[in-house]
Amino acid sequence: MTALHTPAPAPARGNPDPAPRRVGFTQRLSRWDVKLSPYLYISPFFLLFALVGAFPLVYTAYVSVHEWNLLGGQGEFVGLQNFADVLGQAIFWKSVGNTFSIFVLSAAPQLALAITIAALLDQNLRAATFWRMGVLVPYVVAPVAVSLIFGRMFADQYGLINAILGGIGLDPVGWHSDRFASHVAIATIVNFRWTGYNALILLAAMQAVPRELYEAAVIDGAGRFRQFFSVTIPQIRSTMVFVVITATIGGMQIFDEVRMYDPIGLGGPSRNWMTTVLYLYDVAWGNQKNFGRAAAVAWLLFLLIVCIGLINFYLTSRIAAADGDRSAVSRRRTQALIAQAQAKARAGSRAEAPTAPLPAHAAALPDDGPPGQAPPGRTTRSTRDSGGQR
Amino acid sequence: MSSVPVTAQTAGKAAARAAVRRRNRGSRATRVAQRRPGWVTYALLGIALLISIFPLYYTLLLGSSTQQEVSQNAVPQWLPDLSLFDRFATVVNASQINFWKALTNSVIISVTASLAVVLFSTLAGFAFAKLRFAWRRGLLVFVIATMAVPTQLGVIPLYILMTDLDWVGKLQAVIVPAMLCPFGVFWMTQYLSSALPFELIEAARVDGASMLRTFRSVALPAAAPAAAMLFLFWFVMQWTMFFWPSIVLNSQNPTLPLVVQSLQGQYFTDYSLVMAGIFLVTFPLLVIFAIVGKQLVAGIMTGAVKG
Repeated sequence: MTALHTPAPAPARGNPDPAPRRVGFTQRLSRWDVKLSPYLYISPFFLLFALVGAFPLVYTAYVSVHEWNLLGGQGEFVGLQNFADVLGQAIFWKSVGNTFSIFVLSAAPQLALAITIAALLDQNLRAATFWRMGVLVPYVVAPVAVSLIFGRMFADQYGLINAILGGIGLDPVGWHSDRFASHVAIATIVNFRWTGYNALILLAAMQAVPRELYEAAVIDGAGRFRQFFSVTIPQIRSTMVFVVITATIGGMQIFDEVRMYDPIGLGGPSRNWMTTVLYLYDVAWGNQKNFGRAAAVAWLLFLLIVCIGLINFYLTSRIAAADGDRSAVSRRRTQALIAQAQAKARAGSRAEAPTAPLPAHAAALPDDGPPGQAPPGRTTRSTRDSGGQR
Repeated sequence: MSSVPVTAQTAGKAAARAAVRRRNRGSRATRVAQRRPGWVTYALLGIALLISIFPLYYTLLLGSSTQQEVSQNAVPQWLPDLSLFDRFATVVNASQINFWKALTNSVIISVTASLAVVLFSTLAGFAFAKLRFAWRRGLLVFVIATMAVPTQLGVIPLYILMTDLDWVGKLQAVIVPAMLCPFGVFWMTQYLSSALPFELIEAARVDGASMLRTFRSVALPAAAPAAAMLFLFWFVMQWTMFFWPSIVLNSQNPTLPLVVQSLQGQYFTDYSLVMAGIFLVTFPLLVIFAIVGKQLVAGIMTGAVKG
């Protein structure tokens, strides 16, 4: 590697011996190789991002201030007229309300159920892998298929759920005709698919909880439930926040389930379960074929997600304050300790004291991702495997 | 020469076994923590498992009933029968459905997109984790930031772009956007920075390997386990994806989720056929899951994000 930095002498013209010339060329090539390779390696990602990530986001803004039709293409510049039109439509607001309603109805029970299942799985189970795979089955069924199956189970007439309700002497529910009931049914579809997945993420966090804490709790006389609420829950708080945030982003963009909930796929007779993304779809490719307005919807939805993201961020920083402080302090203390050790080493007579306090690759780790985006338990989890070894 | 190491090894093994015994004897608290759970846990998990698989079983039940039975009974029968296969045949042979074409398309899209994501992510992850270059840290932060951008919101310009490229109705309209996966880059960077020692790269360089050669013979093998996980995720994600394909593809050139949609459109009064079709569409991924489900579970537990 050191040879790379000594430039090869330019070979004399007409030199009969080709050897030095070849070495010089190889060296120059190798230097360029070292310099350029990193950029070449990251370029596929960035080129793709520019094409299908950044360009559409920016271009959405351009489309949103023009008249733009699916068939006719770009029309004239209309300023914020599209936004005004969208904000003036009652269906837009209804779709926002529906999105929130379905999201709340799905996120809360989903988290509660996922934690329960994770706690059940976080025991010294026999055939642990079997149970884990079992709860993940819904994840590999496409949302459209799940929606159709549940759409049938929640049918107003001859549906399985209403049959069961009738069997225990309750009145049938209008799962498609009643607005709130339809939101419950769609939330159930979402929960069915994602609960097991979230349970596994929470399980991973639970397994990272030091076993000594439980042993200490047992010695202090804590029972199962006390252990769960006083040890497990506080320890997995940051992962719970992560699950909530991903559920929020996913919940704001819900489309497949509502599109397939009935055969027509446009949110029911009075748009009772039309969500904002479905509304966007309807404006662009459905009845109106109006790309300008749909782009305005996209921007409004984006702003909505950013707002909720900020609220989430605020809540996260408050809820996770205890964790954050502790890790910040420990990092500061670690650095202080390293500095101390260095000072001692320098003061001491040992000449071969290490000069670099940390291995070089430690710097390569991004230590502060955006909150909630960092996958859970990556840094804290030991290599402990499933139940058997504990 | 052989006797000494063997003795040492045996002694080591005996010591290790003794240590394990000591640990297993442990304190009362350790024993409590290691205790097998009682039947209540298994019963509750059993219920969760039943709920997980019941909807699929229910599709089989409805699929093996006749149209009339389905429209009059919530549960026409409790066991599927052989008439199910007739329904399967009807769905597979229906000319409007294009089942085989959809299956091929789904395989092509999922495999191509996942392979590309794995390759691009490993390349970028290797560069971010192990190579030095200007702006490295800033660019990595940028990649992580892009994970927060909901790409779904750019669908309208993306569709305009696909129209301009004349890609609407063609597979590349789905594959190319599906190759973008910031999470993959982040995941590979994380993995390679701990799993690939600098010494290996230096050794390869000293031996005269080019950067590309170093990537191929040192980084790629080291990345294999993480690459397999990433592949699985992206595969499931693309296989079940509906929103974007439903916009840029059509029923002549569908994917399996689009088949589900057209089943509903074609036969929505004959739920027996719709359900049989749904099961047929779901079945391939269930088979894959049965084979590699263990790895998928491990991957999710090592930290995946939802797309």
